[in-house]
Order: sequence, then structure tokens, then C-alpha cells
Amino acid sequence: MIFQVSWRNIWRNKVRSLVVISAITVGIFAGVWSAAFFKGMMNQRIDKVINTELSSMQVHEPDFRKTSEFSNYIPDAEILADQIREIPEVRGVSNRMVVQSMVASAETASGVVILGIDPEQESKVTNIYNKIIDGAYFDGVSRNPVVIGKKLAEKLNVKVRSKIVITLQDLDNNIVSAAFRVAGIYTTNNNIYDESHVFVQHSDLSNLTVFPIGAGHELAISLNDNQTLPQVQAQVTQMATGMEVMNWKELSPEMSYLTETMDMYMYVFIIIILLALLFGIINTMLMVVMERTKEIGMLMAIGMHRAKIFWMIIVESVMLSLVGGILGIMVGALVSKIGETHPIDLSMWAEGYQSLGYDSFVYTTLQPELIINVAVLVIITGVIAALYPAYKALKNDPADALRIE
Amino acid sequence: MKVIEIKDLVKIYNSSEVQVKAVNGINLDFEEGEFAAVVGPSGSGKTTFLNMVGGLDRPTSGEVIVGGTNIWELKSRKLIDFRLRNIGFVFQAYNLIPVLTARENVEFIMHLQGRDKHERNQRVNELLTAVGLGERMESRPSKLSGGQQQRVAVARALASKPKFILADEPTANLDSKSTENLLDMMEKLNKEENITFIFSTHDARVVKKARRVITLDDGKVTSDEKK
Repeated sequence: MIFQVSWRNIWRNKVRSLVVISAITVGIFAGVWSAAFFKGMMNQRIDKVINTELSSMQVHEPDFRKTSEFSNYIPDAEILADQIREIPEVRGVSNRMVVQSMVASAETASGVVILGIDPEQESKVTNIYNKIIDGAYFDGVSRNPVVIGKKLAEKLNVKVRSKIVITLQDLDNNIVSAAFRVAGIYTTNNNIYDESHVFVQHSDLSNLTVFPIGAGHELAISLNDNQTLPQVQAQVTQMATGMEVMNWKELSPEMSYLTETMDMYMYVFIIIILLALLFGIINTMLMVVMERTKEIGMLMAIGMHRAKIFWMIIVESVMLSLVGGILGIMVGALVSKIGETHPIDLSMWAEGYQSLGYDSFVYTTLQPELIINVAVLVIITGVIAALYPAYKALKNDPADALRIE
Repeated sequence: MKVIEIKDLVKIYNSSEVQVKAVNGINLDFEEGEFAAVVGPSGSGKTTFLNMVGGLDRPTSGEVIVGGTNIWELKSRKLIDFRLRNIGFVFQAYNLIPVLTARENVEFIMHLQGRDKHERNQRVNELLTAVGLGERMESRPSKLSGGQQQRVAVARALASKPKFILADEPTANLDSKSTENLLDMMEKLNKEENITFIFSTHDARVVKKARRVITLDDGKVTSDEKK
């Protein structure tokens, strides 16, 4: 019956309740939608890190990442790659050569990372082949084809079929260089990556540098399902004796850190919204109890315990908050759900986003646990908002309250 | 049988400069089945007296003994429980819960007592029929006249099966016809069901119906007539 009374009390002053409910609805909608937006943005970035840039996991000679020395390679990389391909959860393994070098066009030069790959193997690991915007992925150029990023192409002022010269050190520390022809230009919408990563064929690069057959600097591994990462990493670590096996979180700790802090920031943001709403609810509940001083006095007089009156006011505040909260969650969830298939177009600011590695089309990602957590936070807000008004209501003496005209 | 014994009841209000003796040494007993009016001019201490008898306003000194218990020796929590189970209140301004129907208003107090649904339903039907509102059970107070609201308030006061009912100027806001009806109904309940009514009033019609009239002046009993 207390729930019934509390519920009906909300609608005693419809306009006042609707104003506060609307404020809560808008606030919660903003919180839920923003969380879904930033989660989507982060997920897209992680997706890009895994599927375009790093892959799920990489194997290196232990000193390679520290020194980037050409001589720190995995001697039996191809054999190890074949073994890893046997693991059912593995989608693909790419044996890469990774060389710091210089590329030059007729106009200018730039320092880059050259990745010597087998295009077929690589296409099972990363989706660069899918990001070609001009030319083709190692097609259409018969000798020394090279695939470069759009940003680098702009910098070097080269087009498809233009010639560029790659200069690097071979195993004997001799400076060698060779002319390559641009077969394709890709864009990942990450300007930093596009400007610094150049793909050539493993065979062309190993011929140029007299690199041992079957060796490689890096095994990039992709999985069918990233949930299996820990178990596959353990298996690969066992196979790759004496090598360094690292997953994407270890390779790019800033990304993993960013994801965790972003989740935290979203809750901080939602809590700030709720804090602002809290004062609105307190104000409403204070008006409620002040208007009903006499009624509350009567309830105390006829024998309703203070604890029950306290509870009745708390229930009313929580119900008021929850009506707005649920509406806000519903609208937020609906708009976020639509955003999962209809991206938000931020192409106006594409340059800025892309220079940070983010897509300019953001698909929202709605997390079910967020909805539950927001609902719990709304309930807590309702309870906190009612504490002071309820305390004030109960301070009255029933005899005094009943004297109020 | 004595329902209430009042001994040396005193209430002094201390304001910053003056002391006001609102009730100044009242000694009274009330028997079961009384239909008593407490009368007196404004400021004579009627409401303060009723509030002290009803466990709402703590006396400065004296005792209010109900069923052998001095209610002012009870702890606050026990006193609230005592009110819930022993005293029925009827207020001048009806004081019904506006969001509840007549039925729910009467039922509410039984809900507080923890009575089961079946018992509540049965008693609410009986009481609202007895006060002549059998047809208006589902109406909210705003849809009822003042007289009807006060009848609901009487039904609510009776719902808890109290030892006595305290009514503070129950007819003050009613027109003469409603006053007549309400008094007839209370008198009928008093006679047929032996329910003890104590009310404060200014109203001559109420005084006329009362079988005992206690007159207060300056917080003292100046006369106590039984008819």
C-alpha cells in the first residue's frame, strides 16, 4: 500500500513531476548515448588496431622490438608459422620482414617502416588489401610492386605506377637500394599509420637484403575469435621457444589503458549528470514534504512509524527518479541501437580524428551492463535525494504539524 | 469500566519571555461508552488537552492512564504503536489522504496494523456502510463533500478498533445538515457499539447531543456535567 500511495503522490502535482522527470530523462539519455558513442569509437579503434595495424598477437626475436636491428630475426619463422596455423582458433599467420628505411620519390624522401609480406598470408591477418583506394593490392605491377598509404603518397607526391626508391641496410650493414613501383595506395583513416607503413613482397625484400630463406622478423597472428586470445597466446608461447610472444594489449599498452580509462570516464560523466539531477530531485522532494507537513503529521498521529514515513518518501523519490531514468535509458538505448547500424558522420572533423587514428564515421556500441549500472545509479540518486527531505519531514512534531492551517 | 484516567495534567508552554499554562492541573476519568464534549472558549486548552490524552503532545507533568498504562511513560516507538492500536483520531480538517479513495483511506490504518487483506476488506465495507458511504467507497476525498469526508475520517478512526475516539472540533468545518448527520451517526455508533467518543467543540448542537459536558477555562475544568 505504501508503494501505491507513493506512486499516486508523484502524480499529485503532474506539472512539477513531469518537469523533473523530463530533466532526468534528458540527462540519462545523454549519459547512455554518450557512453554508447565513446564505446563505439573505442571499439572501432581497437578493431582497427587488431585488424589493420597490429593483428591479435605477434612473435619476435626477443631483442627485436627494443633494437629494431635487421639481424634480430626468427630463423625458422616460416616453419613456426606453419605450426601456429595448425591451431584451430588461428585464422592466419603472416611472416613479415620489418625494416626501418627511407623511401624517396623524385621530390622528397621520408623515413618509414617497410613490411615485407606474402600478400596472400597477410590478407588473412590484416585488412590492408581491403583499404586500397587507388590501384590494386600487389597487382598490375610485375616487378617490385609496393603498396603505400595515401598520406605518404601525398607527401612523396606519387601516384599509382610511380616509381619510388627504397634505401636500407642489409644483413652485412651495406646500404642497398632498389626502385619499386606503386601498385596500390591504401588508407586506414589513421594518418600516422598511413604515412609510415609501406608494404612490399617478402621475396623482393629478402632478395634485396640477402635475407635467409624462411626467416622473418615478425609473425603476425590473427584469430577467428578474439575471446580465445589468452589460450592461443599460451599455445604459441609454448611453440615459439626462446621468442617473445605478445598480444595487442601488450604491444599497444596505451590502447588497452585508454579503453579502461574511457569506461571509467563514462561513469564519471554519468555520475556528474546524476549529481546535477540530484539537486533538482532534492528540490522537488523538499517541496513535496513541505506541502504535506500536515498530512505527514496526521500519519504520525494515527500511528504510522517514522521509519515507514521515511520509507514512503524514499520510495516516492526513487519512483520519480526511476520513471525519468527508465525513459532516459529507453530513449538512449533506442538511439544507440539505431546508431549501431547508422553511423554518426563526423567527416567534417575527419582530419582531426584521423590524425589520432579514429574513424570519422562512428558506430555506437550499447553495453547491456551499462544499462543495468545506470539504472542502479538512478535508484541510488533517488534514495540520496530523499534523505534530507525525509529527515526534514520527520523532524516535525505531529501535534505542531496538525495545527498548520 | 474506566477507559482513561487523567491525573494532575499540566502543560506549560515556555516562550522567551512568558510562561503560558495551557492546561493547569486537570483530573478526569472517562468510562467506557461515554459520549463526552470538552467545551470552552478559544485558548481554554481544549486541543492541548486532547493532544495530551491522545499521546501527541507531551504534558509538562501529570499522567494519562489508559488500560493501566501511563502512556507518557512509554518510549516514543511504543507510544506510536499505542496510538495505532488504542486511539482513533478525527480531525477538524478531516485530514484524509487525498490520493487514496474512501475505501483505501479507511483500509490504510489497518494496513499499518498488519491486518490481512480479507479482514481489511470486510471491516472497510462494514464501516463505510455504517457511516452511510457504502455507495461512495471508490471516491477520492476531493469528490466527497465535507460531511462525507468527515464520515470517512470517523470510519478510519474506528477501523483500528480503538479503545476510544478523540475528535478535535469535528463539526467546525461542516454545515448544519452535515453536522446533524455526523452527530446522529456518531451517537448511533456510541449507543449501538458502545464506542467511547471524546470531542472538543464550540458547537452548541454538539454540546446538546453530548451526555457529558466538560467545560475548560484557562486550562482548568470549571464544570463537569453528566446528563
